[in-house]
Amino acid sequence: MHPTDSKPDPRRSTGELIRLEQVTKRFGDHTVLDHLDFSVDAGKHVTLIGPSGSGKTTILRLLMTLLKPDEGTITVDGDQLFPAPEKQVREVRKKIGMVFQQFNLFPNMTVLRNITEAPVTVLGMSKDAAEERARELLELVGLTEHMHKHPSQLSGGQQQRVAIARALAMRPQVLLLDEVTSALDPELVAGVLDVLRDIARSTDITMLCVTHEMNFARDISDQVLMFDSGRIIESGSPEKIFSEPEHDRTREFLSAVL
Amino acid sequence: MKWDWSAVSDFMPHFWDGLIVTLQALVLGSAISFVLGLVWALLMRVPTRWVTWPVGALTEFIRNTPLLVQLFFLFYVLPEWGVTFSALTTGVFAIGLHYSTYTMQVYRAGIEAVPVGQWEAATALNLPLRRTWTVVILPQAVRRVVPALGNYVISMLKDTPMLMAITVLEMLGEARLFAQQNFQFTEPLTVIGFAFIVISYLASLALRALERRLVH
Repeated sequence: MHPTDSKPDPRRSTGELIRLEQVTKRFGDHTVLDHLDFSVDAGKHVTLIGPSGSGKTTILRLLMTLLKPDEGTITVDGDQLFPAPEKQVREVRKKIGMVFQQFNLFPNMTVLRNITEAPVTVLGMSKDAAEERARELLELVGLTEHMHKHPSQLSGGQQQRVAIARALAMRPQVLLLDEVTSALDPELVAGVLDVLRDIARSTDITMLCVTHEMNFARDISDQVLMFDSGRIIESGSPEKIFSEPEHDRTREFLSAVL
Repeated sequence: MKWDWSAVSDFMPHFWDGLIVTLQALVLGSAISFVLGLVWALLMRVPTRWVTWPVGALTEFIRNTPLLVQLFFLFYVLPEWGVTFSALTTGVFAIGLHYSTYTMQVYRAGIEAVPVGQWEAATALNLPLRRTWTVVILPQAVRRVVPALGNYVISMLKDTPMLMAITVLEMLGEARLFAQQNFQFTEPLTVIGFAFIVISYLASLALRALERRLVH
């Protein structure tokens, strides 16, 4: 039922996986996303760039159902995520995993338990199968020996790698990465990005990534979306966006961050 | 004033009886206040005013009326409606109920202090709401509030003599009875005074040990 090997999952769809239609999100008087349309194909790695407050993180949070749009529809793998009844939201949400800027590991649980809790209680995996899977994932992120520690005993970079393993343990089709290195000390960033490069290369998972690490974006992305004031003003391959941006705002933004 | 060691030894059998009653009231009262306070705190988070308004009003009322009045009410008024419990049961319940209206505020603060990122991570992992509370939020909230709950245990200990007002013979009750029968006040009151200090101290040691065990 829940294979623990890393063969491609036959349930994985190809073609369009995520679709946002006419999505609007306001915070008070401020409109963060303004009738936004965009879609992501299965298996693609898409990076959202743009100045802060331009709505990138809001998109990830809408997809994770941490926020609700004011208007529009969100569809994941053909199933509507918004608007949808709570039961359907729970089902569709299983396809999505998220890694947060602040890690958000459960401090009261060991590393192992952080990773096995949801597979056991949500997916109904046996404890043994979940632990087996957790071991594989900890090996992937290079933290096997820290399995029985609590998060507070780990560095920020190690915690974030556990958070990545925790998200992957749920076998999501989509992984949302919300500025996952922004809270890290500079010397710890590379380790986390290496793990993500590895995952991007070795799995067929779809990635939606908000980052200020432009080199990383260039490495892993199939597509880069430039946001400004809640709209996508430019999109294309990383080569195009980083080398020959068409839009003045993109040029300004890139010269400021590169 | 004369100190009479033989009065002390005459009092001791009564002291032990009173000590057991005091400890019963303290332990059971604490247990009730810890459980009921958590129930109130969780009910106050139910997103409908049909729940939060009555619970808020009831707990506000209990918190802002004296424990002594509540004791008298439960002990003398309830039996008129056919509800009768022993004095100790009534006292334990009254203390537990009274202090639950304080511990609920402690729990509320503890729950609110759990970072919003913990809720978000639970949502991202699709954990059911009940599971989010029991394995993520409450363990972290309770850990934070153990010191504050401990302070209320000490407060409760110091309020147990009020049970004397409804005929419970806890330590002060035993001491007063002994004093009135023997006209010796100094010795029994001194003994129970020390007993209160010793119990407070031991309770605070136990709580500190608990805190240390809970810290990760």
